[in-house]
Amino acid sequence: MYITINAQAMNPNIVEIDNLSFGYKGRLLHKGINMMFPRGKVVAIMGGSGSGKTTLLRLIGGQIRPSHGEVRVDGDVVHKQDRDGIFKLRRKMGMLFQHGALFTDLSVFDNVAFPMRELTDLPESMIRDLVLMKLNAVGLRGASKYMPVELSGGMARRVALARAVALDPNIIMYDEPFAGLDPISMGVICDLIRSLNDALGATSIIVSHDVKETFLIADYVYFVANGEVAAEGTPHDLMQSTLPFVHQFVHGEKDGPVPFHYPAANYQSELMNSKTND
Amino acid sequence: MTKSTLLIAVTRMLRGLGSRMIDRIWRLGAGARLFFLTIFYSGESFRRFHLILREIYFTGVMSLLIIIVSAFFVGMVLALQGYNTLQKYGSSEAIGVLVALSLVRELGPVVTALLFAGRAGTAITAEIGLMKTTEQLSAMEIMAVSPIARVVAPRFWAGVISMPILAALFSMVGILGGYLVAVPLIGVDDGAFWSQMQANVDFRVDIVDGLIKSLVFGVACTMIALFEGFDAPPTAEGVSRATTRTVVISSLTVLGLDFILTSFMLVV
Repeated sequence: MYITINAQAMNPNIVEIDNLSFGYKGRLLHKGINMMFPRGKVVAIMGGSGSGKTTLLRLIGGQIRPSHGEVRVDGDVVHKQDRDGIFKLRRKMGMLFQHGALFTDLSVFDNVAFPMRELTDLPESMIRDLVLMKLNAVGLRGASKYMPVELSGGMARRVALARAVALDPNIIMYDEPFAGLDPISMGVICDLIRSLNDALGATSIIVSHDVKETFLIADYVYFVANGEVAAEGTPHDLMQSTLPFVHQFVHGEKDGPVPFHYPAANYQSELMNSKTND
Repeated sequence: MTKSTLLIAVTRMLRGLGSRMIDRIWRLGAGARLFFLTIFYSGESFRRFHLILREIYFTGVMSLLIIIVSAFFVGMVLALQGYNTLQKYGSSEAIGVLVALSLVRELGPVVTALLFAGRAGTAITAEIGLMKTTEQLSAMEIMAVSPIARVVAPRFWAGVISMPILAALFSMVGILGGYLVAVPLIGVDDGAFWSQMQANVDFRVDIVDGLIKSLVFGVACTMIALFEGFDAPPTAEGVSRATTRTVVISSLTVLGLDFILTSFMLVV
């Protein structure tokens, strides 16, 4: 135990992805990916749709197993844990899902209270105070009695954020936190991610393809393309990057290393072919 | 059609058949695994019995209306048809026995299970399927909360507890419906209706066997609904198909199980 604590204290990275490969249905999604997530930092994983960014979060959370390589959380290899071990690791994590994933049969208050009631023996009076504090932190203390269906997209995302940090996790994962939000909500979420990370001393892992917002708050960014880390660095370095993929992504260019057209047969020969599509 | 084309067609057909068989066996295995995991996690549900009570309200109490109304009409039709036949043999006083035995032994458990599959089973499948689609189950997993313990097990036990109670209610209301048609409407003797029923309906053989049937149907219908929801592809079409499958598979399972259970009960 003494050795473990020392090893964890010495390791500056709370999450490490080491030579990770993952595939399903015969398609290799990740090919030998290496990433480090230092304690207390906001690290972003960026890449196009379908590049396997969300899958990386699921691998960190132990919801799926890698085909090769490993993910280590606080020094523990995730896929080698038994049920109790994986649950113990997950108690160090909080996650904001793309659409909030609020429990639709529970009120805003009960959604935030859910992890406290399920995972702790705290008395109800203390849970009440903690929930109100978390909701106050995201500016929605006044909406505690609402049901999820009564919330706007931005409000739902903020409630989900309050729920994700309910138990003060060491690692907070964000799956497309800015997707589908209006500019005001986007700014609010952006600000909350940074301020909550700093206030809790946590490590944030953001999966996103929104360059502007992510670059505003991230300390370090990984670009994923074709199953590999295509580029990495600070937002400032990546903005200056001359790498064709990074340049195309950061500046939102239509064509480049990521082609506009999905690989297909020759256009002319396909049009001339009389056979219909099956 | 050439010989080689025929061979290709037969091979394709056999491959399709094999693939469907493997898929069915896989689903059966996955369903059995979910059942055992549900039993494994049930202790947690019973320690927090309010979760089961809440689900009993949604599956059992909310099904009361359809069960009571259906039972009333089934009982009335049974009395009408039964009287029509019995009077030809001069045994119209046995109408009470006919209604009671038909309901307690067969129609009560079977029709209740079919209605339960249509009302509560589809609701369970759609709810869990939508929870999966909207990542609520994933959210639970990442919070270190088992969705089987928190979502599946309470619903399973709610279904298992509700079904025999609903079946007993169905039989009682059905008998009342039969009584209203046979006695006040047709004019069968009141005393004969009840006394013949009392003399010929055995608690152990008829009522307990009926309750055992409904308990088995409760396990089957609820488990099918839960599995279909849990296994539904996370799309609108996936949930819709899963809901339909719940009704079809539950109905066929109930009818098949009824035959098997009746055979055993008559032999033993």
